[in-house]
Amino acid sequence: MRILLVEDDKDVARFVAKGLKESGHVIDQADNGRDGLFLAASENYDLIVLDRMLPGGMDGLRLLETLRATGSKVPVLFLSALAQVDDRVKGLKAGGDDYLTKPFAFTELLARIEALGRRGRGEGPVTRLAVADLEMDLLSRTVKRAGRTIELQPREFRLLEFLLRNAGQVVTRTMLLEAVWDYHFDPQTNVIDVHVSRLRQKIDRGFAFPLIHTVRNAGYMVRAEP
Amino acid sequence: MSEPAAQQADRPLLRLVRSIGFRIAALHAVLLIAAAAALGGFFWWNTAGYLNRQVDQSLRNDVALMSARFDEGGIDALARTIEQRLAEDADDEQVYLLIGPDGRRIAGNLDSWPARAPTDAQWLEVPILHEGTPSVGRVYVMDLGGSHSLLIGRDVASRLRLRDLVGDAVMYGSALAVLLAGLGGVVVQRVLQRRIDQVAITAAAIGQGDLSHRVPLSGTDDEFDALARTFNSMLDRIGALMDGVRQVSNAIAHDLRTPIARTRARLEESLRGATDAAGLRTAMERGIGELDGIIAVFQAILRIAEIEAGARRSAFAAFDLSAVLEDAAELYGAVAEEKGVRLEAAPAPGLAMVGDRDLVLQAVANLLDNAIKFTPPGGEVALHAARREDAVEIVVRDTGPGIPEAERPLVTERFYRSEASRGTPGSGLGLTLVEAVAHLHGGTLRFESAAPDRPGLGAVLRLALGEAGLAMRGAEAGRRRAARIARAAGQGRATVGAVTDGPASG
Repeated sequence: MRILLVEDDKDVARFVAKGLKESGHVIDQADNGRDGLFLAASENYDLIVLDRMLPGGMDGLRLLETLRATGSKVPVLFLSALAQVDDRVKGLKAGGDDYLTKPFAFTELLARIEALGRRGRGEGPVTRLAVADLEMDLLSRTVKRAGRTIELQPREFRLLEFLLRNAGQVVTRTMLLEAVWDYHFDPQTNVIDVHVSRLRQKIDRGFAFPLIHTVRNAGYMVRAEP
Repeated sequence: MSEPAAQQADRPLLRLVRSIGFRIAALHAVLLIAAAAALGGFFWWNTAGYLNRQVDQSLRNDVALMSARFDEGGIDALARTIEQRLAEDADDEQVYLLIGPDGRRIAGNLDSWPARAPTDAQWLEVPILHEGTPSVGRVYVMDLGGSHSLLIGRDVASRLRLRDLVGDAVMYGSALAVLLAGLGGVVVQRVLQRRIDQVAITAAAIGQGDLSHRVPLSGTDDEFDALARTFNSMLDRIGALMDGVRQVSNAIAHDLRTPIARTRARLEESLRGATDAAGLRTAMERGIGELDGIIAVFQAILRIAEIEAGARRSAFAAFDLSAVLEDAAELYGAVAEEKGVRLEAAPAPGLAMVGDRDLVLQAVANLLDNAIKFTPPGGEVALHAARREDAVEIVVRDTGPGIPEAERPLVTERFYRSEASRGTPGSGLGLTLVEAVAHLHGGTLRFESAAPDRPGLGAVLRLALGEAGLAMRGAEAGRRRAARIARAAGQGRATVGAVTDGPASG
């Protein structure tokens, strides 16, 4: 993906840019709002990572509002130290697609960026998802692995659907909570792990190889290879 | 303070004149003077007018009479009548002067024809010389033909004396009013100053950092007492917020220092001790994990502070509480099952409320998490919810060891860990957050015994329903709204209770 990073903190910018480059993305950087807006408006990006507080008289919110006013629909992820609920709500209202607060884990940022990037591509409505020998039919709401039908609870179905839609990418526990349960909160304990492990029992147990993998210090990933 | 203002403050008279008490008194004095003048004027206009009308009437009668006499008997008859009238005039008020063509007096009691006497038939007030005494007369001049003229009048000096009297009364009254107003201004200024000084002294003390000061009440329940009460309740609120901030900083100082020190020590140790890349990598991963834990605690503290400051109401909206509770039960049911604990959830259907959906879920999740954590395998956790008047009560009961009654008020304090909970994971912030959420929703968190005959904790989270919950109750809502608002203004209505029984040891 071609990503624009607007961030004034040099260390954070370097850390994020380096990580994203290593993950195969192309990064442009701006360290103030004006340059950021100029780049965002004149170049074609797949995604913008935007800090809220920027020097140069234009903060992230205004940058995004201005950009949206020109009709741009590029996905935008806010990366901000402003962590209050109001700040989050403001960021999303201004046209942001996701909001991540500092300090953050790079894996969380990467997972969210890649999920947003896929969404931004807009491949049209999908009716069938498949990874290796696992198939999910979104219309009849059935799941089969190696030809065998697997019974899933509605929540398990949504969990697997989200994992499959992001197959080959890391999804974090927070992303699962927000996407599958639609809550933004801190579960304190390993609630998500328990639910994923239940799903594993049904999807992976008794089959040749596992599909749901745990990614250390990050989250989960569905992929065909072990 | 600017230079001129400082100088003015040093001049007591100027300070007095500029004081609000003095200005009130001055305004009062102006009103008093205006009232005295109005009263005097009215009195004067009424009495003098009445006297004038009387004089005019009697003059008209005189003119008619004198005309008749002149017509009957000429100048001589007229002169006789005049002498007769003057003789009869006991009050010495009547004024006549009949003069011949040479200007000589024929009859009458005026020494000379007044210089400013009217020339034709009209009424006029002119200075006269009345039997040697200067006075004022209201006069009418009749031209009798043949160069004779008759002046008929009344001496109105007494009426002028009355006017002077009224004028004096108004003047002295006004002077008295000004004097009293001046004194009143000083007194009112002193009284106001004394009352305001109390507020100023309190504000100054608080400005110096002593938040314990409060404005004393006079007990008269007047406007100043009302102001003082508002002021004091504001100070109470500020004090509570300051305590919260102090608690947070204490918590950060004490409870975050420990894990930070531990992480630091561990990282330093691995830097010295680790011999290969794999060892270093493990140490760094563990270090990041510990830092994540510290960040989580830090964010929890800030979040609680944010909720307690009441700043999170922007996310308030109507939502289906029953659905949220079912989601919570579904989320934690799996956790309970894993531990061998049965989670029984039976929230009443169709509970709707206005609030922060994520925070309510967070609060219920914390209660469930706690209950499951302290319930031994084979035990049971129950989640119930029901409407109680204009609030909803969410109850989480467990069959764990419970919390001793003496310890219950402490469990919502930041970083409080009961003896029983040592060795279990947790930050000691979970219940603090639940209570903050309860308060944000006009509610409370309460702990009680789960059941009278066995150990276990019952946590009762009471939340105000808000507008949507009431609207669902139809016509009843409108009737109760006023009372509800009045009560809501008074105090919160949510309770979170947890029931513990038996000793913490189980």
